[in-house]
Amino acid sequence: MTATIDPDLQLRLYRSMRSIRSFEEKVAELFYAGRLPGFVHLYVGQEAVATGVCANLRDDDVITSTHRGHGHLIAKGARLDRMMAELYGGIDGYCHGKGGSMHIADFSVGIYGANGIVGGGLPIAVGAGLAARVHRSDRVAVAFFGDGASNEGTFGESLNLASIWKLPVIFVCENNGFTQFTPTEQLTAGIIAERAKGYDVPGVVVEADDVITVHEAARQAVARARSGAGPTLIEARQWRFRAHNEGEEAFIGGEWKYRTKEALEAAMQRDPIENLRLQIDDPDGVARIDRAVAEAIEAAVAFGEKSPLPPPEAALDDLYA
Amino acid sequence: MAVITITEAMRDAIGEELERDPNVIVYGEDVELSVYGAQNGLVERFGRERIWNAPLSEATFVGAGLGAAMSGVRPVIDLMIGTFTYVAMDQLYNQAAKLRYMSGGQAKMPVVVMCVCGARGSAAAQHSDSPYPLFMSASGIKVVLPSTPADAKGLLKASIRDDNPVLFFEPLSLLGEKGEVPDEEFIVPLGRADIKRRGDTVTIVGVGATVKMALEAATTLAAEGIEAEVVDVRTLRPLDENAILESVRKTGRLVVADEARQPGLAAEVSAIAAERAFDTLRAPVARVFTPNVPVPFSPPLEGAVLPSAEKVAAAARRVVNGAT
Ligand SMILES: Cc1ncc(C[n+]2csc(CCOP(=O)(O)OP(=O)(O)O)c2C)c(N)n1
Repeated sequence: MTATIDPDLQLRLYRSMRSIRSFEEKVAELFYAGRLPGFVHLYVGQEAVATGVCANLRDDDVITSTHRGHGHLIAKGARLDRMMAELYGGIDGYCHGKGGSMHIADFSVGIYGANGIVGGGLPIAVGAGLAARVHRSDRVAVAFFGDGASNEGTFGESLNLASIWKLPVIFVCENNGFTQFTPTEQLTAGIIAERAKGYDVPGVVVEADDVITVHEAARQAVARARSGAGPTLIEARQWRFRAHNEGEEAFIGGEWKYRTKEALEAAMQRDPIENLRLQIDDPDGVARIDRAVAEAIEAAVAFGEKSPLPPPEAALDDLYA
Repeated sequence: MAVITITEAMRDAIGEELERDPNVIVYGEDVELSVYGAQNGLVERFGRERIWNAPLSEATFVGAGLGAAMSGVRPVIDLMIGTFTYVAMDQLYNQAAKLRYMSGGQAKMPVVVMCVCGARGSAAAQHSDSPYPLFMSASGIKVVLPSTPADAKGLLKASIRDDNPVLFFEPLSLLGEKGEVPDEEFIVPLGRADIKRRGDTVTIVGVGATVKMALEAATTLAAEGIEAEVVDVRTLRPLDENAILESVRKTGRLVVADEARQPGLAAEVSAIAAERAFDTLRAPVARVFTPNVPVPFSPPLEGAVLPSAEKVAAAARRVVNGAT
């Protein structure tokens, strides 16, 4: 199958995943250096999901994201420098320092925001799908969410609404093996993708160590949505490689409290970036991307470092339209 | 007396009640590893029959707590963070608060819902609220927010033994505060305020985080000849109006400090003073609270909106010395 893959697409997907990974690794470094206020939930390991899905989207398509949102945003086309400035709490950040990691949004490329509330984004994506129908447009909306969110009421309600109203929504559930600090199987009954059947929605499981597989599943779901046939649920399986939130040990009293080192190391063998790199027959192209990404990350950090903190009186701006 | 943190005091309270009453159970978001620490070590002691993790289904696991409570169980439910009450809002505001009344007194719901509240460390808007003003207007729910380890322990034990739904808020910024806790068994009854410092120049009413700010402000003010009396309401509903009024009638001056957006405690206490102690007030009431915006992320913005000891002291000076 991989032999027929378009090399340009491969490089495009590689670039997106590489950007996400490098951004997140830099964020971790800055977080531990005490440069970033608040919490960060990193996306390392799951890059193939955001990348494979968003590669099928246009700028005017909409996504809603989660507390673990950096990857979705980068894949959808957010600027690294303005994201980084937001993480610093700087005035040049996407939200002028009001939002931080869990609330970054860029409406100019259809990013309706990361979201601090688990399950909070699904209804909003349904609403973006509703708008597309009202406007007779072929735009689609994607809701990214975790396995934990599949147990919120908004999950079932959103699938039902999108199904009966035949809305162009793609529900992308990232089953990363854990709901915060509890193994998914302790909290989540059955197979998440199969829940779709009850709502008369197609549900598929994809192994998200392979970005091409994710891309193909998303391509079909997006085509179905654009054609007016309604929503799809994709359950993408891939462990997260890092903590739930950086510095989680402080919250749970140490390391290896909810998964073993061996299990994590085994899961990390399924590295979507490595997998793709091995398939690409263009070492120069890969090296060029690696260099360009590294430069972009350095520029983003420089931009974030020099962005001034907002003046206290700005706290009262932006409340009403 | 042991010197322990608020978190440890809550853990001891839950442990003692699990020990005392086999109907007490604990479930909620990652209670086995206990993110904020109030259940630390309890699953090891009591096993998963008594304490276990629930899925992220706040509306339903809070509602299930009501049904279990009606059936004789005494659930202690951990929502982790106060803003997650919003996900469970119908079950709290429309079910827990009303079912006993609507059933003509038949339903008995001994359920405790606990969660941290308040802003600290740039957790940003969706994790930083103090949601209790909403529940001060919910009729059949009691609302608690301690400021010391001893109060935390005594109030949590009282909450678990109470036959009504209790929303027990934990003050995020004070969880690590240490204080003396009696070694013997004790409870702190719900609905009673506590005078945390005596003074006769000005009354400062606070709750949770603002009690500590008020005490710090009082120390600063004392050096300026202003003796502040600090009233910790401890229970937001029922509210100990008499304790507040007694202090206000003595000092003739009132500052109310609350980390929540208003209307809430500051609005309510001001109104009570205006209604029932108007003749003894010698200056307009001053309120210190978070302005009505979502709590922003960036540290200077977060600092700008939250109350502080300095803001409380400034308000007290205004009330005592006239506008400056
Ligand atoms: C309604 C709600 N409940 C709880 C939380 C706290 N919380 C944040 S992330 C998280 C785990 C979410 O798990 P999942 O949806 O699987 O996403 P993942 O973190 O694995 O990416 C929890 C419990 C929250 N933010 N919102």
